[in-house]
Amino acid sequence: MTSRYSFGGDEHIFVEVSEDMSLEAFFKSLSITNAVRDAAIKGVTEICPANASFQIKFDPDIIHPDDLMTELKRIEETAEHAAAVLETRIIEIPVYYQDPWTNETLMRFRERHQDPNSTDIEYAAEINGFANVDEFIAAHSGSPWFVSMVGFVAGLPFLYQMVDRPRQIQVPKYLRPRTDTPKLTVGYGGCFSCIYSVRGAGGYQMFGITPMPIYDPEQEVTYLKDFMVFFKPGDIVKWKPITREEYDQAVADVETGRFMPRMKEVVFSLEEFNRDIDGTNAKLLEALNDR
Amino acid sequence: MTVNVLSPGLLTTIQDMGRPGYYHLGIPIGGAMDRMALRCANLLVGNDENAAGLEAVFTGPELEFNGEATVAVTGAELPPKLDGEPMACWASFKVRAGQVLSFDYLRTGARAYIAISGGIDTPKSLGSRSTYAIGALGGIDGRALAAGDILPLGEATGGAEGREVPSELRRSPGNPAALRVLPGLYWHRITEASGERFFEETWKVAGEADRMGYRFQGGTPLEFIDREPPFGAGSDPSNITDACYPYGSIQVPGGTEPIVLHRDAVSGGGYFMIGTIIAADMDLIGQLQPHTQTRFIKTDMHGALAARKDRSRTLNAIREMLSE
Repeated sequence: MTSRYSFGGDEHIFVEVSEDMSLEAFFKSLSITNAVRDAAIKGVTEICPANASFQIKFDPDIIHPDDLMTELKRIEETAEHAAAVLETRIIEIPVYYQDPWTNETLMRFRERHQDPNSTDIEYAAEINGFANVDEFIAAHSGSPWFVSMVGFVAGLPFLYQMVDRPRQIQVPKYLRPRTDTPKLTVGYGGCFSCIYSVRGAGGYQMFGITPMPIYDPEQEVTYLKDFMVFFKPGDIVKWKPITREEYDQAVADVETGRFMPRMKEVVFSLEEFNRDIDGTNAKLLEALNDR
Repeated sequence: MTVNVLSPGLLTTIQDMGRPGYYHLGIPIGGAMDRMALRCANLLVGNDENAAGLEAVFTGPELEFNGEATVAVTGAELPPKLDGEPMACWASFKVRAGQVLSFDYLRTGARAYIAISGGIDTPKSLGSRSTYAIGALGGIDGRALAAGDILPLGEATGGAEGREVPSELRRSPGNPAALRVLPGLYWHRITEASGERFFEETWKVAGEADRMGYRFQGGTPLEFIDREPPFGAGSDPSNITDACYPYGSIQVPGGTEPIVLHRDAVSGGGYFMIGTIIAADMDLIGQLQPHTQTRFIKTDMHGALAARKDRSRTLNAIREMLSE
């Protein structure tokens, strides 16, 4: 993997670690951005890891763009050799697939979709070779996912499926983005799943909705009292399909402060994962379900 | 001291110089779209340059003052009126308790900045009072002003009426507007001829133009260089594996209509970008009305840094003049 460096105007350096998405590219981006943070370079104001790239914002009145570029390339050389091991957490996210709210929304934007005669999840199931939607949901919720980027809008996680490439789900984005997406929609675009943290525009296919808030500027939700954004890059997620009744109960529990996401601390090794994907995932899920 | 919002105008928000440091979580820097204009308004009324003021889009609010204050209106030419009497733009004036500040119709530009001595003193969220409506952060309950709102003000520290920023020190976008671009990012994805044409043609600001970004129309669609779509990017030639977007970056979904991301930018996404508006020209975008003819001017890093120096020289001249 040879990284490509480019200036984004006079205040950003954009680094594409790889054109393709892969866990290797994500880990490299994460380890370089961690090293840049540790280096505490004067003039650097924002450090943004993304799926297979990252971006540094800086003040060119404090550090010359060329000097920062040189410094970043030097950091890349050392960070590249860091062991790809991550101390992180695995979180269970309940999902009410094929819910009425995303369904109502997708029906309003059919003319912007590849297949106006099916729903988003029916279309995704079909083009990925699943016999029916239930099989598709089983695949989507069967393996864990990596939060490989947080962004687009406040606190929105992009999630990357932790399976080998032939098994990865791929779905194109809408032909033209929608102007509306319900809050907490579980979406899909390219090889990424996402959760829309707020209501708004969006181009990802809509599969369902989670009752679990992931962004709370008022910081009233029990588990968001310390910080308003729930996710950070490197989190691991397991989707859990739920029914309408379970959804309603979870919404009520959030309201009364009784909802706590199920989560456990775990250590993830990229090398171990590559050696035995299903075995590593099984261990992660075991850790999650261990009471 | 407080100010009553009698009517909010079309879209008036509380803004300061923004909240850096949270872009990696999708929370943009925000703050005044035309930063120079808000700085000037603050300097005119004796505030810290970073104090929070009001950003009014196209039409002004109607504000009733509950005490004495110094006020200045900069940015777009949206002439202020005090109890119906016309007042000058880019100049400070005194307001007495009970007086009402309103606005005439917009002459030029798009966003006026209203600074009040003491600055607006709503609670800070993540270090800033700027309103980020998409994320319901800052401002009053994370939203634009509404009739009936009461704006708290800080302690006024100085400021005098009759101060002015002379017209030669104000910048305007020109006609057609000229925005300087540093090509880069995914510039290599389009053909050379297409890249040249992008700079030769005149574009026009589209209706979709807000704090998140400005869309442009009217130019020829871009021509892409063929490729095998990278895994994870999507099949459209304008798709990339979702990445972070620089402020001012120019994305062109489907190759048709360029979108320049502004202060409330989405922090990332899956569209390729052909370059970035230089930081010195970002303020100008905030003053573009829909349908404004716009040219993109190619520059390089040397040009971008020189423009930056120019801008800070102008700001220093204004600071010096107003500190006398």
